[in-house]
Amino acid sequence: MNIQKTAAEETLGFMLPTRRVESFHYTDLRANLKSLGEQAARPEDDATRTMGDSFPRLASDACVLHFYDGHGFERNETLPEGVMVSRDLPDALSADGGADDTIPQINSKITTAGVSIAVAKGKEVTQTIGLAHAHTGAAESIASTRFSITAAEGSTSRFIERQMGRSDANHMTSSAVSLNVQQGAKVEYFIVQQAGVGATHLARLNVTLAQDADLSIFVLNAGGKLVRQEVKIAVNGENANLAIRGVNLVGDNAHIDVTTVLEHNVPHTNAEELFRNVVAGDGHGVFQGQIKVAQPAQKTDAQMACNTLLLTDEGDFSAKPELEIFADDVICAHGATVTDIDDEHMFYMQARGIDQKTARGLLIKAFVDEVVEELEAGEELEEAFTGIIDDWLDANI
Amino acid sequence: MLEIKNLHVRIAEEETEIIKGLDLSVAAGEVAAIMGPNGSGKSTLSYVLAGKEDYEVTEGDILFNGESILEMEPDERAASGVFLAFQYPMEIPGVPTMNFLKAAMNAQRKARDEEEYTTPEFIKTVKAAAGELNIDFNMLKRALNVGFSGGEKKRAEILQMQLLEPKLCVLDETDSGLDIDALKIVSDGVNRLRDPERAFLVITHYQRLLEHIVPDSVHVLYQGRIIESGDKSLALHLEENGYADVIARAA
Repeated sequence: MNIQKTAAEETLGFMLPTRRVESFHYTDLRANLKSLGEQAARPEDDATRTMGDSFPRLASDACVLHFYDGHGFERNETLPEGVMVSRDLPDALSADGGADDTIPQINSKITTAGVSIAVAKGKEVTQTIGLAHAHTGAAESIASTRFSITAAEGSTSRFIERQMGRSDANHMTSSAVSLNVQQGAKVEYFIVQQAGVGATHLARLNVTLAQDADLSIFVLNAGGKLVRQEVKIAVNGENANLAIRGVNLVGDNAHIDVTTVLEHNVPHTNAEELFRNVVAGDGHGVFQGQIKVAQPAQKTDAQMACNTLLLTDEGDFSAKPELEIFADDVICAHGATVTDIDDEHMFYMQARGIDQKTARGLLIKAFVDEVVEELEAGEELEEAFTGIIDDWLDANI
Repeated sequence: MLEIKNLHVRIAEEETEIIKGLDLSVAAGEVAAIMGPNGSGKSTLSYVLAGKEDYEVTEGDILFNGESILEMEPDERAASGVFLAFQYPMEIPGVPTMNFLKAAMNAQRKARDEEEYTTPEFIKTVKAAAGELNIDFNMLKRALNVGFSGGEKKRAEILQMQLLEPKLCVLDETDSGLDIDALKIVSDGVNRLRDPERAFLVITHYQRLLEHIVPDSVHVLYQGRIIESGDKSLALHLEENGYADVIARAA
């Protein structure tokens, strides 16, 4: 087969997946990413001081590592005790999955800034560690980062990776993260994506979980034009516990794809996935949830749910759960629903004097806020997350 | 206060007419009971008053304080003082009852150009009202009506009615699903709200409720029309004899 390479493919040196690649069936990367653009220049230090102004901090006590337009900046925030940071660019994520690993491959070609973070053995870090990437989003620019995190044995830590931008010009951002949760370590990893509406944001989070590890992931997508967040998790230690929760707010003209792959490789592990999605205008949402249970992984308990509220006839949402189970003594369940706002609920609220817009807002908010509540991340963070959701709903509903 | 004139209603998108020329007047301060056999149009009447869009008024008018409410949205009707206590109150997951009450009370106050409640005022007001209705305040922190028992839901309806201070209260089979104690609590709640400035339309199957909420007038609804009106003795007559002779008289 002889296909004319796109400009993006010329730059990257490999072909991008079309709908014919199963894992990209709902997100045709080749058609949507014709050219890559240029690396954004390192912004002036002064300019970066105001870039995050419209994105107030989510956790008041956080220690934040700053990235602007794909470049690292030292702000000398005091690191919590037991946390070590190296400013060297971490190794690229492995890409042995071929086309399925297109996003790590793209990231490996375009990233120049990143950090490696190590949480020391047994340390209970109470301060949130922020990984903040603000984008100017100049037309046809690229801004990308790569992080590597190791949470050593018995440690406790919390991270917020945040993408922030206001640009409606066509630009690209990317993130690749490897997170290694060692034996008995407890990690919360929250991804807050608030890229500008012109952004193509391609991201991958790779995770390994050791024995007795406990991981809570939260993905909040509240921005971007074409977004694909991949989460790939290898559950390699017995009694590991995993929760992946997410809220996808899909605006008019946006395409937001969350693709998760869970590999249960050992017995006695638990995983719970819950996504709630709101689609406005002619937005397109995608959730692909793959659960693979290897033959030795007996007593796996994996639950997956994906619920969507479609607010218009123009929007759509594709949900694809995929179970690949080779063990015979497991509990795996998945469910996907797509609904509109319940007219009876609306009437009841209006009959109490609440106008249509407010009633709709309350019902949509209730639908997604339930996910935030489940995080049990503390009042400040939960309010920060629901605040982002409220702002998005005000602007998009 | 409420004047229904030659009202004809059908289910939107269907030909079936449910209310077929209904006339009814309820004065300020009056408690009017509507009784009628199953399928006579009682619940339809309550929904049409509240403005549910599944129903289409094809003829006639509903005047509330002299003005037609037919073109008003349900929330506008509520803000102007119409309240429907639902036969089956909706469960709304994820919306804490307190948030809902605050949204409703402040929306109505705002629509009437009144000051919104401050949070302490609001909590104090709700606590006092909940106490009178034997409602555990902690229950109000839970999602609206979710996991409430039948009796709790009905009490929560009366709580809303008390807090929203409507002018016209429509009670749609508020007695259904209530045990005797709950019936007493709910009826006492309604009786406390009786006021010369407030009218009640009490829709029920049974005379039993009317022993507690004593009506000024009783109207029999049959096949979408009021076929007989009287005082509270009419309810007793129905209890003893059923609807047959009243229907026969109207035929």
